[in-house]
Amino acid sequence: MIEIRDVSKWYAQFHVLKRCSTAVGQGEVVVVCGPSGSGKSTLIQCVNGLEPFQEGEIRVDGISVGAPGTDLPKLRARVGMVFQHFELFPHLRIRENLCLAQEKVLKRSRDAAMAKAAALLERVGLREQVDKYPGQLSGGQQQRVAIARALAMDPIAMLFDEPTSALDPEMIKEVLDVMVALAQDGMTMMVVTHEMGFARKVADRVVFMDRGEIVEDAGKDAFFGSPRSDRAQLFLSKILAH
Amino acid sequence: MFANFDFDVIWRSLPYLFRDGMTFTLSLTALATAGGLVLGTLFAMLRLSAFTPLAKMIAGYVNLIRSLPLVLVIFWFYFLIPYVGQWVLGTARPIPIGAFPSVAITFTLFEAAYFAEIMRAGIQSIPRGQVAAGYALGLTYWQVMGSVVLPQAVRNMLPVLFTQTIVLFQDTSLVYVVSLPDFLGAASKVAQRDGRLVEMYLFAAVIYFVVSYGASRLVRRLEARVAIAS
Repeated sequence: MIEIRDVSKWYAQFHVLKRCSTAVGQGEVVVVCGPSGSGKSTLIQCVNGLEPFQEGEIRVDGISVGAPGTDLPKLRARVGMVFQHFELFPHLRIRENLCLAQEKVLKRSRDAAMAKAAALLERVGLREQVDKYPGQLSGGQQQRVAIARALAMDPIAMLFDEPTSALDPEMIKEVLDVMVALAQDGMTMMVVTHEMGFARKVADRVVFMDRGEIVEDAGKDAFFGSPRSDRAQLFLSKILAH
Repeated sequence: MFANFDFDVIWRSLPYLFRDGMTFTLSLTALATAGGLVLGTLFAMLRLSAFTPLAKMIAGYVNLIRSLPLVLVIFWFYFLIPYVGQWVLGTARPIPIGAFPSVAITFTLFEAAYFAEIMRAGIQSIPRGQVAAGYALGLTYWQVMGSVVLPQAVRNMLPVLFTQTIVLFQDTSLVYVVSLPDFLGAASKVAQRDGRLVEMYLFAAVIYFVVSYGASRLVRRLEARVAIAS
């Protein structure tokens, strides 16, 4: 579904991504972790073309993201993305947040978009909030709305860029629960996160990044059981210590 | 001074002052605000775009206009536009365009430079993540601008936009240099004709104050209403 091959990216002189290669198969859940500044967020933003990259190739459902002729809006509409800071549109009610792209991009009718929005809000447990503005919701609720907004586009895959990093601890679970349910429903997911509990529960594979490189790319059990690299071992010992 | 104050001259000239003068002033203000805002927003978008030659040209235009006195620009356009028309259309004579269209174009282009700066600040006040979120949903550049960035930018900049409009309302009085009858011009005419300068200029001042101050109060109340709920 998502193939990343030898992707390199520079910010001026700074080499952020160094020949990164990995893949996410249909229905697979891949967790990307690593210390901050390791390039994991940059990598996931490259997948739907929010960040350009200079070398290598990324294919989503067979379509090359970086190729000049690619219709990026069309491709992005098929890949859901959830951000660290939710990025709901603060000037629009929850209902409009969910309907905007359905109507503008997928050309759904108002009724169809609303029906979809209502069903998804129900699924994330926020049906009552449909007429509120994002600012009236808690962080955890906002992030669940953001997930619903992405799902409203019927995506073939979902990208999560540190979806719980900006949340208060007591709200992390409600967001992770939604993500776990999504994973168990068979959604193809690429998730940048530090939540190793989530990785243990639903990940098929774990990708460990450090200083712009993919250091390890292993099955969940192999990764947690016996990480091959020192860097991954060190990272795990730090993150699992508390 | 007030002993021989003639209120009657004001009373008698009211229909003329408002039906002709104020209508002109308000039409010009409305036209230049609407045109200036649309054009200014477009300028702001171009100036922030990755298309650098155009961005530089716009920056040059904005900086030039903002460095010139409005009266000078009004003069220039009034005398220049007929010749520009002649040059563009290739006619034998300068194109007579009429005083009102001339100043309407002038004020629109002039205000566009100011609105461009306001809207540029407004657009830049929107976090990049908002734009990313719009793109991630499959929206195009224009859809992201139209549905995500500009509505928030305008809201953020509303106080400044209205203040600029109130300043414009006062500045329209500068059309006197091309002898157009705006509100102040109309008052001035009556004042000269009847020799009632004090009354008419005082009255004009009161009206400008009432409209401008009233508008600024209204803006404050409006601001509270459109502020994004949080």
